[in-house]
Amino acid sequence: MRRLHVDPALFVTVILLACAGLATLYSASGESLAVVYRQGMRIVVALITMLIVAQISPAALARSASWLYLLSIVLLLAVLIFGDETKGARRWLDLGLFRFQPSELVKLSVPIALARYYAHKTLPPNFSQLFLSCCLLVPPVLLIAWEPDLGTALLVAVGGMVVIFATGVSWRYLFFLSGVVLAYAPLHWYLVMHDYQRSRVLSFLNPSSDPLGAGYHTIQSQIAIGSGGFYGKGWLNGTQSHLEFLPERSTDFVFAVFCEEFGLLGVMLLLSLYLFIIFRGFHIARNAGSAFGKLLATALATIFFAYVFVNMGMTSGLLPVVGVPLPLISLGGTAMVTIMAGMGVLMALRAPPRRLP
Amino acid sequence: MLASLRVATSHWQLRNVEREIALCKQRMGFVLALITVLTAVLLLRLSYLQVALHEHYSTLSWDNRVRVLPVAPPRGLIYSSDGELLAENIAFYDLNIIPERVGDMQATLAGLREWITIRDVEVERFYADLRGQPRFKSITLLPDLSERERAVFSVNLHRFPGVEVVARLGRHYPQGEVFAHVLGYVGRIDEADLEVLDSRNYRASTHAGKLGVERSREKVLHGTIGHQQVEVNSHGRTVRVLEHSAAVSGKDLHIGINASLQRVAAAALDGRRGAIVAIDTNNGNVLAAVSSPSYDPNLFVNGISTARYRALLNSPDRPLFNRFISGEYPPGSVLKPFWGLIALNSGVRAPEDALRCPGQMVLNQHTFRDWKRHGHTNLSKAIIESCDVYFYQLALDLGIGRMHSGLAKFGFGGASGLELSGERAGLLPSREWKRRVYDDAWYLGESVLLGIGQGYMLATPMQLARAVATLATGGALFEPRLVVRVGEEGEMASVSPSRRIAAGDDAHWEYIISSMREVVHGTRGTARRSGQGAQYEFAGKTGTAQKIAIAPGEEYDAEKLEETLRDHALFIAFAPVPAPSIAVAIIVENAGSGSAAAAPIARALFDHYLLNL
Repeated sequence: MRRLHVDPALFVTVILLACAGLATLYSASGESLAVVYRQGMRIVVALITMLIVAQISPAALARSASWLYLLSIVLLLAVLIFGDETKGARRWLDLGLFRFQPSELVKLSVPIALARYYAHKTLPPNFSQLFLSCCLLVPPVLLIAWEPDLGTALLVAVGGMVVIFATGVSWRYLFFLSGVVLAYAPLHWYLVMHDYQRSRVLSFLNPSSDPLGAGYHTIQSQIAIGSGGFYGKGWLNGTQSHLEFLPERSTDFVFAVFCEEFGLLGVMLLLSLYLFIIFRGFHIARNAGSAFGKLLATALATIFFAYVFVNMGMTSGLLPVVGVPLPLISLGGTAMVTIMAGMGVLMALRAPPRRLP
Repeated sequence: MLASLRVATSHWQLRNVEREIALCKQRMGFVLALITVLTAVLLLRLSYLQVALHEHYSTLSWDNRVRVLPVAPPRGLIYSSDGELLAENIAFYDLNIIPERVGDMQATLAGLREWITIRDVEVERFYADLRGQPRFKSITLLPDLSERERAVFSVNLHRFPGVEVVARLGRHYPQGEVFAHVLGYVGRIDEADLEVLDSRNYRASTHAGKLGVERSREKVLHGTIGHQQVEVNSHGRTVRVLEHSAAVSGKDLHIGINASLQRVAAAALDGRRGAIVAIDTNNGNVLAAVSSPSYDPNLFVNGISTARYRALLNSPDRPLFNRFISGEYPPGSVLKPFWGLIALNSGVRAPEDALRCPGQMVLNQHTFRDWKRHGHTNLSKAIIESCDVYFYQLALDLGIGRMHSGLAKFGFGGASGLELSGERAGLLPSREWKRRVYDDAWYLGESVLLGIGQGYMLATPMQLARAVATLATGGALFEPRLVVRVGEEGEMASVSPSRRIAAGDDAHWEYIISSMREVVHGTRGTARRSGQGAQYEFAGKTGTAQKIAIAPGEEYDAEKLEETLRDHALFIAFAPVPAPSIAVAIIVENAGSGSAAAAPIARALFDHYLLNL
């Protein structure tokens, strides 16, 4: 039997994170074993996905790039046209047996497509190659942003931009591109963003402007975080009623519960686990056998960091509220599967340990 | 040679790849550095919260809860022009339950019912309200407790954890139904309201204006929401207020209605179907606006019972219907002075032009009857004694075109612009209108009917009041104004009329006005009985608007006809003459003669307004 291609270091870290997540969830859900059990099942499914994906060879991944990308675009269009609408947002496709968010797939397919695009080109790319890769990146990002799902759009954009950046494209071109993005931003604000999204940003800039609406969760979560102190209140000792969870936010503010119970010490341990994964990802990138591998691994590691940074940042009031889950801790299945798939890709890209001759 | 070539190409490839790898590594390094910096920022932020501000936050959270509570702004009051309070906020006491602090809801409810009657339908509504609300939110079980109920509860509350008596400010209309159609009422906010209102400002509010001035000035009356960050202990009691930003009260409104005049008007109608509008001729302020019968708006504030509401809806006298802006009536003879003025100004008639009135006119084999044989009649006499035949002929001579454009200048056929919703525009017919609606030509017979204010023409009491006010001012057409002052601002600058009707010849206006004065004070005026003994002079015109046609040869017998088919009584007037300050339009439905039923009301109104009788 062929040996299972896996990165033991990543695997162990993921398991540790998953345990931390389940413990936090048990507390956050009001000591509900049912919730923890269901989440545990999702974690198992995600882990299996990770292991399966880890067996795919980098070459096969590269070959899948174009059809994965096309599939993503088709699904994104399908969502905008047929998607289930909840609260004015179209993100889900109901496929009878299960519901599914195409934007999750995009978090993988876009970096893969971009990495594949640059894989055999001479680097650094010239302007026309840069332009073409932007043409690959921009449509999915816009389609997601119009759903509207700003958080996911940002993550996809980050992944794509990291690939482009890592190819060594000249700084001049990068400034030019940033200029274009900045020019688009006000258009997006006025024409595309929904009121609730705007009010979140406004409340972030001026927290007292809407303390009962958009600002409410940030106020509450900061109180929870702050009250944890250095050592935390201890597991299960957080006062849950602080955070009057509304159903759609129960996943994103779970970090506040973690901080309250495990304190700054717990946060530092958690961050080191996350950072380990990220640095490991960069390590895999450095040792990857091909340009494709390097670019893709860098992108995936950075996206993972983006999840962590944005979620922790918004919970602690550093960033406006965007719907981004905390990997392996937040409740929910689809994002977890995608993140674990990404982890699987990282494992797949890892050059096999050289056998000493 | 081949060997050297191979070395050459591989050498070239190696160098290229090396450079790419170096570049890539450099970039990756940059990203990694950025990640490290951002992580440091994050850690700094978290340390700030968890170490630097730890004391602050932990005191806030230790066994306590921090809640941000919305603070409802007090609603602005409404005053009449003579300083009487028309709408105020008084304390109501509700019995509320906080679900998360109640152990056994059923037992609690059963226990409560031993002390106070709670109907089953209210319990059902309570359960329905519970759904979808967070469990820490206080839900009203019984609104508006009586003093006795409140006393009973205050003593027994300790038996019922999670139950509380909550005070709130609620709207109250001390003058009740007299002002119902002007003020409207506030009611519980529903989905339809939320679409129009700014939901952020209404988080603490339960009520919003639904009708009348309460609705048209909702924004000003409501004020701005405030916030309070409070510390609440595990029993839910507010321990202290941490931060607060005060609510801004709604502004008080002063409306132009004169409260005592309004009461006189309502008493004059005494529950009969009808409407009265009185306007200040100097500025267009509405001095009185009554629609009768009316209803008690206080019933709607705390939620009217279905039975009561259905009773109001189904009452044949339609108390909920606002007659002074939505009631459209055939104006009848009150239009005659206007036709006269139009005829004089357009040269179709001169004051001394006269005809002989035989009591009827025949046109194309149709007989148009008059109520009396008037004999030799000029314009003045035709107005004073309300001769129909004179105006039948006048209508034929003016023609529908001039009639339409002439009346349109007085505001007929269009909304007056009063700020209450539901205003109807009446109907001022024209050739184009007839063609558009009936796809038919305009017939002379229809002009004839229009000459005495019958036929297709419809006007609201508001339009009639405005038109007669315009007569009184010699052509200055004001927009009727309900709200005169908002908050602490100074009295709104005196309004200039929105337009002036081309006066034509001042003498013509004088002629018409003095004819109208003779209607009241002349020996043969149709309203002479109402003018008797008056200490001032006023001018007016009676109207008796027909609801059904009487066949030729038949007599109009009011008693035989069913009440709702009897003629409406109308009267328009202004006082004093000369230099009028008030104009009124009165209609009493199905009351028969304008001079008998409507004119005396005008006299009562003028007596009160001018002499305080």
